[in-house]
Amino acid sequence: MNKLLVSPAPHLHSKDSTRRIMRDVIIALMPAVLVGVYFAGLSALLVIVVSVTGCVLLEHLIVRYLMKKKTTVHDLSAVVTGLILALNLPVSSPWWMVLIGCVAAIGIAKMTFGGLGHNLFNPALVARVFLLISFPVQMTDWSVANSLFRPDRWELPKGLLGAQGQLLDAASGATPLGIIKEGLANGLTMETLSQQHDFSYWHMLFGRIDGSLGEASALAVLLGFAYLLLKKVIKPIIPLSVMVTVVIFSGILWLANPSMNADPLFHLLTGGLLLGAVFMATDYTTSPMSPLGMMIFGIGIGIVTMIIRIWGAYPEGVSFAILFMNALVPLLNKIKPLPYQKEVNRG
Amino acid sequence: MNKTFSIGGIHPQDNKFSGDQPIENFPIPKRVFISMNQHLGMPAVPVVKKGDPVRVGQLIAEPAGFVSAPVHASVSGIVADVASYPDFMGKKVLTVVIDTEGDQWLDDIDWSPEIRHEITDTPQEIFKKISASGIVGLGGAAFPTHVKLTPLEGMKPEYLILNGAECEPYLTSDYRLMLEHGQEVLVGGEMMRRVLGNNVTGIISIEDNKPKAISLMQRLTSNYLQWKVIPLKKRYPQGGEKQLIDAVLGRKVPSFALPISTGAVVQNVGTAFAVYEAVQKNKPLISNVLTVSCTDRSIQKNYRFRTGTPIREILTAAGAMEKDGTLLPQFAKVVNGGPMMGKPVVYLDGPVMKSTSGLLLFTEKETKRKNPGECIRCSKCFQVCPMRLQPYLLYQLALAGRTEELEANRVFDCIECGCCLYSCPAYLPLLDQIRLAKNVSLKNKRKK
Repeated sequence: MNKLLVSPAPHLHSKDSTRRIMRDVIIALMPAVLVGVYFAGLSALLVIVVSVTGCVLLEHLIVRYLMKKKTTVHDLSAVVTGLILALNLPVSSPWWMVLIGCVAAIGIAKMTFGGLGHNLFNPALVARVFLLISFPVQMTDWSVANSLFRPDRWELPKGLLGAQGQLLDAASGATPLGIIKEGLANGLTMETLSQQHDFSYWHMLFGRIDGSLGEASALAVLLGFAYLLLKKVIKPIIPLSVMVTVVIFSGILWLANPSMNADPLFHLLTGGLLLGAVFMATDYTTSPMSPLGMMIFGIGIGIVTMIIRIWGAYPEGVSFAILFMNALVPLLNKIKPLPYQKEVNRG
Repeated sequence: MNKTFSIGGIHPQDNKFSGDQPIENFPIPKRVFISMNQHLGMPAVPVVKKGDPVRVGQLIAEPAGFVSAPVHASVSGIVADVASYPDFMGKKVLTVVIDTEGDQWLDDIDWSPEIRHEITDTPQEIFKKISASGIVGLGGAAFPTHVKLTPLEGMKPEYLILNGAECEPYLTSDYRLMLEHGQEVLVGGEMMRRVLGNNVTGIISIEDNKPKAISLMQRLTSNYLQWKVIPLKKRYPQGGEKQLIDAVLGRKVPSFALPISTGAVVQNVGTAFAVYEAVQKNKPLISNVLTVSCTDRSIQKNYRFRTGTPIREILTAAGAMEKDGTLLPQFAKVVNGGPMMGKPVVYLDGPVMKSTSGLLLFTEKETKRKNPGECIRCSKCFQVCPMRLQPYLLYQLALAGRTEELEANRVFDCIECGCCLYSCPAYLPLLDQIRLAKNVSLKNKRKK
């Protein structure tokens, strides 16, 4: 007599799993990864490989030998953290710095809190901010000098090159956000700055190397966003409320004084805003669970980002803004859903 | 765009494999085990004893109160025993065992297939026949039907909704019943409508994965002015009473209130058919239709069975058993009811009941639960919950045994539809814990 399996209803499962979700996030990150590798070549690949391997290995070692449990790396969440960390680093990051980032992400931000599902802050962002404060020089070195795909050796799409055929800002070592921050502080206006530098939205959308590995192309990030929505991995509430808030905030300032403020599209497409809004602010564990909470969370990120960008010490504030709002998530999770029905209205 | 309920819900594959299989009369078993506990409420009290001869349709147990239902013999023969026998869950319940001899029906039962359209009984007579015929809700809950048709102080019924949603995957018994006995279902519904009041509107609601049933019922209702068919967009748990009222009328049943507080009474289409047979044919509820199904094409059937037939006999006839009496090796689980809310079968010799709607067979791969992981706070359980609860929170509170907070978070609103557990990517036993917590809370309340 074969034994009957007995367990309560439901007897079927959607077959959705944590691993499948993480796999979808990895697929969604691929356009950004590929664009980064395309423009920066082997050095970008090196950063990615070191970061992913470091994160996975570290999690395995910590779970297996410190926590003495069965390894959890097969859920792929460490791969996602590794990829996102790599996308947040300059292409020229030295390997030892990337490894320190892995320790900060997996060791400090994730496993110390109890691992997947228990961390308060986004691990990759904790690592990025940790590195930014510890290694300010390396973390803002945007040169691509050690790239195998050096632009002067390879034919590049026309749009990427300036009028004289030079690679835009690649060697200057400054991001558009950095340029306007410094320029405006030195009394220059937006008009003069955009005459001196080419802030073409075309470049921002399709790609140029002016920031971290994953910031090369807004389009690549949006492609990943579309995939995540299609696969129903995330809801659009958080990314959209971040974007809308940034557009409104910068729009008001721009309309008030266009010569001292960049326009909304500039703020939307530059820096890590899209990457942060799509891939980091939507991290399940460190974002609110109710739609209203998600909206407040997104608006908060938008506002804090803009405050830092305009009045703060750093040219870019997305990472700080997300970490700041991460800390508020336990509070935002106190928001109760609307009751199913309070009163019956009979017409 | 067809209507549907407004909050949560999931879209499991419907797998209605047996939809094209006509209802077959299942052979009368040699022995039936008729449980006294086939309805919600007080178990019935047997009025026969060992050795008594009985005929089909004869009363063998009386209701033990208002919320209870009588039980009738489903076969003719000799009462072999009146004692405790295990039901399909292995729980011992008072059971009347009858050894079958022939198929002798009571004289006043009309068992010809001829359809009687004409309703000659008054609403009072209809109500009496329903409560005397042991009719219970055949959608799964088995709540005595006469109780739902009894008027309550201050509540005025406006709508009678016949539930043909059949939102549970695999099950096709209601679908086949509508296709083969649509006219009878409608007459049964009309009789219940008259019991509720003449100005009540009758609605037949069917999910849009059953277009044949929708068009047939639409054609039939064209002769009935107070009836209409409302097709619904396929979605689980649409057949839940509260969800169905929301889908059809856009009204929501408040916590702890009865559905009638929204002016709606919901009855299953199978129940309507049973009412037709009870009133027009004098036939008490002694048989029902069930679906036997699985992904194996050769084991997909719809049977009209006599209550009390052992599950083993049905599965054997359907081809799901080996010659030596064991389950085919590919199957690991037998479910009584639908895959989302049905109960697991523990004891294969246990009987099917009045309200059994399906016997489903699942392989280990299909049904075995994976080991639970960590909650990643994806909020999927919250998104799919049709009662807008926070299953992840209730789960945590249940594990910690925090009863007061569970109640403050409306744990008693949970309809146990299973959407949360179905969707959880970490395979957390959300509903299991919530169900346990509800039971513990209820017990504590009773003690007070």
